[in-house]
Amino acid sequence: MSQLAKRIEDTFPGACTKVVEWRGDLAVTVKPETLHDVARFLRDDPAMRFDYIVHVSSVDWPDDEERFEVVYEVYSIRMRQRVRLKTRVPESDCIVDSLTDIWKGADFMEREVYDMMGIRFRNHPDLRRILMPDEYEEGYPLRKDFPLRGKGWRDTFEFLDEPTR
Amino acid sequence: MAQFEDQRTTVYKIDPEHPESETLPTLRTEELLLNMGPQHPSTHGVLKVILELEGERLVKSTPVMGFLHRGVEKLAEEGTYHQFIPHTDRLDYVCAMYNNFAYCRAVEKLMNITVPDRAEYLRTIVAEIQRIIGHQFWLGTQALDIGAMTVFFYCFRDREILLDWFDELCGARLTTSWYRIGGVERDFTPSLFAKLKQFLDYFPPKIDEYVIFLEKNRIWLARTKGVAVISAEDALSFGLSGPTLRGSGVDFDLRKYEPYSAYPKCEFSVPVGKNGDTYDRYWIRVQELYESVKIIRQCLEQIQDGPVMADVPSVTLPPKERVFTNLESMIQQFKLFSQGFNAPPGEIYCGTEAHKGELGFYIVSTGGGKPYRLKIRAPSFIHMGAFDHMSKGYMISDAVTIFGTYDIVMGECDR
Repeated sequence: MSQLAKRIEDTFPGACTKVVEWRGDLAVTVKPETLHDVARFLRDDPAMRFDYIVHVSSVDWPDDEERFEVVYEVYSIRMRQRVRLKTRVPESDCIVDSLTDIWKGADFMEREVYDMMGIRFRNHPDLRRILMPDEYEEGYPLRKDFPLRGKGWRDTFEFLDEPTR
Repeated sequence: MAQFEDQRTTVYKIDPEHPESETLPTLRTEELLLNMGPQHPSTHGVLKVILELEGERLVKSTPVMGFLHRGVEKLAEEGTYHQFIPHTDRLDYVCAMYNNFAYCRAVEKLMNITVPDRAEYLRTIVAEIQRIIGHQFWLGTQALDIGAMTVFFYCFRDREILLDWFDELCGARLTTSWYRIGGVERDFTPSLFAKLKQFLDYFPPKIDEYVIFLEKNRIWLARTKGVAVISAEDALSFGLSGPTLRGSGVDFDLRKYEPYSAYPKCEFSVPVGKNGDTYDRYWIRVQELYESVKIIRQCLEQIQDGPVMADVPSVTLPPKERVFTNLESMIQQFKLFSQGFNAPPGEIYCGTEAHKGELGFYIVSTGGGKPYRLKIRAPSFIHMGAFDHMSKGYMISDAVTIFGTYDIVMGECDR
């Protein structure tokens, strides 16, 4: 286990559920209730200072009990190291703490996750859709049960040159 | 006239004993909401921003994005790894080569492929040419937004030379798809080498020419110095990268921090700003033009003969000549495109320093020929997140230059 994962485990005993190091990338899965504290520790600890947020993403695993995975990737300019902080939430309670107060850039990135995957963020200042239209009601496009062609909403538009069907 | 002036003084005179006296006109003030866009020439694509104004000052601005959203990340899950390369061209359509590069690097990291030396040099040369094109495009359009038209013509004149060079290289000017997983599509011809050397001699004096137009231009200085200032700490917290971050004094450049391709073998410096304003970002971009020329020169000196594609038949494509003449190669090509290669289960993130900032691909694989999830870390999208913070307190006309300072392209922002 890498030094960094060990430090997290020592500071928050029992928080890490899985640590994977593959192809040089370190991914640490933590429990959703400890996500905010671990993230704050990563940014504020003077030896690490993970101050640069790279991206926020999400993965859908429909067969798993904890269906959604939220992924935060952060970088430390001082250590020249990346770490991927992940957490899993079930579909019935897909809400995690927003990290907007730790990294300001998380604001738009979390909105995108909400828009695409339907995961909500507690204490987010402005949780609205960002890429899809506000009135879009077909669901969340990047979920695995969403068909590639959409659910018919796009066929409801009439085009000027086309004869009405 | 005298009567009129008299009236004015009486109307606006404030009685010190009764400040709320009836003689004061009740002036109603409210914040004005203004829609800027979606069709606005300075938004570099289709972007709407709702501006809350106090007089002419910006109080709050809310970007409304998604007009160009095409669901690229969803499309990626439906095709094989090879089939996604042309989609990456359409992300940042100004700099297609760098998107190909970033994507191919990510897949190579997933598949653990080492690219041959010559291919690495060719990739670096083309990537730096693309960086020159990107910065020329930025300089031209930013100057045009501010009102300096001549720079635009000069930049685009020189950009055309490079686009024609791309045309000769791969048959396309903008949507190039020249990079392949494990190498590049084809080697340079002698004519391309000659034209490139000619360009390298021609270009540096032209950069000086662009600078002459701008460095003493009072309008340019007034519109860029002290505009869109962001501190280093805030810039990192917002996830800004590339020249937008380096303008604030952080020397974060992935070409130095996580060296890849032929960059570790070249000597170049990373220009860093001090004030974190638009002018510093302009200065950095101009310096990067010189640095790119330097990198290309060194690559041309160091490049050796060799293959341009890794020899991993289960992943990389066979050479085109063999596909047309050899049955096995044709079957290999067909299988790679229709079924894809078998990727190991796992997940990787690979960031590449594009000219806008860190362009990254996060790929989750569960095995098989298609990515299970592919997330694009687009610098334009993340830079827009800082727009409200960076535009607060500036004039409404500065909003235009603040879009420009990020070098925003909506195709990449909305994906």
